Amino acid sequence: MTATSLPTPEADVVPALSIAGLHAGYGRIEVLHGVDLEIPAGSVFALLGPNGAGKSTLLKVVSGRVRATKGTVAVGGTRIDRRPAEALVHLGLCSIPEGRGVFPNLTVRENLWMWTYRGGVSRDEVEARAYEAFPRLGTRRRQLAGTMSGGEQQMLAISRALVTDPKVLLLDELSMGLAPLIVEELYEVVGTLAGQGLTVVVVEQFVTTALHVATRAAIMVHGRIVREGSPAEMADAALGAYLSGGSTPA
Amino acid sequence: MTEFLEFTVLGVAVGAAYAILATGLVVTYTTSGIFNFAHGAVAMFAAFTYWSLTQHGVPEWLGLLLVLAVGAPAFGALVEWGLMRRLYGASVERPIMVTLGLLVIMLGAADLIWNISTVRTLNPLVAGTFTLFGVKLPWQNAVLLGAAVLVAVAMRLLFARTRLGVGMRAVVDDPELVRMTGVSPNRMSRAGWMLGFFLAALAGVLIAPTLGSTFTVLNMTLLVVNAYAAAVVGRLRSVPWAFVGAIGLGLATEYFVGYGSQHFASGVGSEITTALPMIFLFVALVALPSARLEAAGRLVAARIPRTVRGRESLIAASLFVAASVVFSLFFSGTFLTEGVSTVGPIAGQTMALGLVALSLVLLIGYAGEVSLCQFAFMGIGAFCMGKVAGGDSLLGVLVAVGACAAVGVLVALPTIRLRGLYLALATFAFAEAVQLGFFADTHVLGQAGIIVGRISVAGVSFTGDRAEFILLSVVFALCAVGVLAIRRSAFGRRLVAVNDSPAACATVGLNTGITKVAVFALAAGMAGLGGAMWGSLQGTVGASNFTIFAGVIFVLFVVIWSARTVTGAFLAALTYAIFTNVSHLTKVEGIFAGVGVILIGWVANGILGIEWFGDRVHLPWVRRAPTEPADAVEPCLEPSLLAAGSEAGGPGVVS
Repeated sequence: MTATSLPTPEADVVPALSIAGLHAGYGRIEVLHGVDLEIPAGSVFALLGPNGAGKSTLLKVVSGRVRATKGTVAVGGTRIDRRPAEALVHLGLCSIPEGRGVFPNLTVRENLWMWTYRGGVSRDEVEARAYEAFPRLGTRRRQLAGTMSGGEQQMLAISRALVTDPKVLLLDELSMGLAPLIVEELYEVVGTLAGQGLTVVVVEQFVTTALHVATRAAIMVHGRIVREGSPAEMADAALGAYLSGGSTPA
Repeated sequence: MTEFLEFTVLGVAVGAAYAILATGLVVTYTTSGIFNFAHGAVAMFAAFTYWSLTQHGVPEWLGLLLVLAVGAPAFGALVEWGLMRRLYGASVERPIMVTLGLLVIMLGAADLIWNISTVRTLNPLVAGTFTLFGVKLPWQNAVLLGAAVLVAVAMRLLFARTRLGVGMRAVVDDPELVRMTGVSPNRMSRAGWMLGFFLAALAGVLIAPTLGSTFTVLNMTLLVVNAYAAAVVGRLRSVPWAFVGAIGLGLATEYFVGYGSQHFASGVGSEITTALPMIFLFVALVALPSARLEAAGRLVAARIPRTVRGRESLIAASLFVAASVVFSLFFSGTFLTEGVSTVGPIAGQTMALGLVALSLVLLIGYAGEVSLCQFAFMGIGAFCMGKVAGGDSLLGVLVAVGACAAVGVLVALPTIRLRGLYLALATFAFAEAVQLGFFADTHVLGQAGIIVGRISVAGVSFTGDRAEFILLSVVFALCAVGVLAIRRSAFGRRLVAVNDSPAACATVGLNTGITKVAVFALAAGMAGLGGAMWGSLQGTVGASNFTIFAGVIFVLFVVIWSARTVTGAFLAALTYAIFTNVSHLTKVEGIFAGVGVILIGWVANGILGIEWFGDRVHLPWVRRAPTEPADAVEPCLEPSLLAAGSEAGGPGVVS
């Protein structure tokens, strides 16, 4: 085999998540106007941008909650843009939606049981893993999730990523409405997960927090990716985007 | 002591029937977030299907298998697929109307197949009797109690211990999140409805043989109404508490009947006994802690049609009255009399019923308060009119309005905290209690009804049909103008605000309680006026005119046409009058109303709220509102808002 026939490392590795020419929106209103993005496996990818840029919509399309009108989305080389959300879970996609991704009228324990639909893990195992990562949940296993604090609810939500062994984790505004200390604690867990080889996509208003854990980042404005690069490169560009986007960074 | 034990045994036997029904209601609510008003109708349908199968020589075991294991779950799955799946995230009003629609469809269909009041006999699954504490009971009652306990325990375990049960509850919380855990929420929801219908069918076939000579379509359907109270004791979510509530209700009824009969003079108290479960339901709703009422949500109003200007409404009202005068000239002087003409009575009743429909525009359309008791107020109005000052005076009309408004305040005060489903249930309980405990009393409306006359005002007599008709149309037109004026007023804005966000109202210092009591009183007074006018039009009124089902069907018609517009109120009254006066339509009235409301269940604002209709139907003197171009909308809107927007009436909705 000659050196020229060897594929480059970049071409060899199938991206964990690849998005090409993606258009999507709500009814007649188009929000994403052709998004192209390749997220390498094992990276923590921060998606930044002002309010209304289409970041959350992008995550919704990827997680199967909003249909794409044009373009493709693939996880590990498998096209997923026409599949229902529940099927994506079995392909290794875990999405923690904006707000609290928990069932408020189920207890902590019952919420954890719901995480076992991915398969391959027992109820006891799910509970044990979640309580190990977040001991606080262990003391509240019989409490209704809706009556816990925002931080605790987010811990419960993120425990889904811990117990279901996904390949790609989508996090939408993890820090929304939470105290900085809690945010730090949650991102520590995200860091641990990333260290285990999980691909993480983070949509975040806290630019510094997001860039702190990210290995790569992109800026989105008006439904398009305008810049992509290393976290250091994006830090300054993000501020400009926020200011020109008409919104103030959080 | 022996007596006490006797009553207790009887009470537990009665309670067991309520328990199995209440468990079914709780299971459906827990797995769908929808209170299924048609639960009793499903039980009735199952029992009668089973009866029909056995009549055709099908062995009992096969009949049971077909009904319980095949028919009921399949029907449940069909209802979930065709109707309930579309109601996720809908305003609380729509599931109420859709399940009420299903109820009247099934009742109508059962009436066509089996006749509503023909008594049938269904053999018990286990024959024979046994004696306990001196009370001789059929074994069937023991089977029923055993089944009730078994079902309650099984459901408790299902929901607390199994992933399937937890999954079915989770769908109510957040179907989207269920999807993100890797399971289809539709599958979970379908399982919930199949289970709910199975439990209803099981209750039906087990309870039917214990009814004896009261096993009719109507009684079977109404029996579940008694179980509503038990389900409410369980906050619609707790199987054990619903069970306790059911047994408690059974015991309370039997103690009341048993001990009460020793103290009451004969005849007195029997009406109270039949109304007891309704009183129990009303009290249970009123006594429920506030924190536990949150789950039932609020009525999210779709966009309310454009406010009509005073000048526009006055022109429309004048033209309406003029048209009525011209209309009356085409007929003979006795055209309102039934038998002389069909069109006359329909036209006359439309005007009187239109007043009741207008009261629903205030309540459901503007304030978002679902009231199922407007026919009860109408009955009270007719009663007052008939009993005061000879039954034909203006004073009678005023008393009717005043008394109904006062009763409206009395109903509104204890139910101030209740909204959505709980308010619908409370008003349902009130209507049924008034029907059973008041109208059914022979001293009130009597066996043959009471006579109500036509009024004379300042020497002008309205005894002639033409004069009466014109009076009715003037009163309707004035009330319609009044309702539209209310919408324009500060009070109207308060109503809409209270509906939109009670929390926001509180932050600006607006007292939602007073607003609610006021609109209830106003609407009750208007319904009372409708009742008085209806009474004087008909000449005689009886208890059968104001039944709960008639009231429910009427509300459905209002919702079908649009509870948010005066035009909708008029068309609803007209539709109801046509169905009750054209003899071959009377039988299918319920089915029509049910099918209509189910179709309308898919769009929020009724026929007049459908964009297509709103865009095309315009009254010449109504100025069109400018339409905003679609691209002017900011792209940060939530999908749910957009969906609500597409359901709402366009800017040109007929008012």
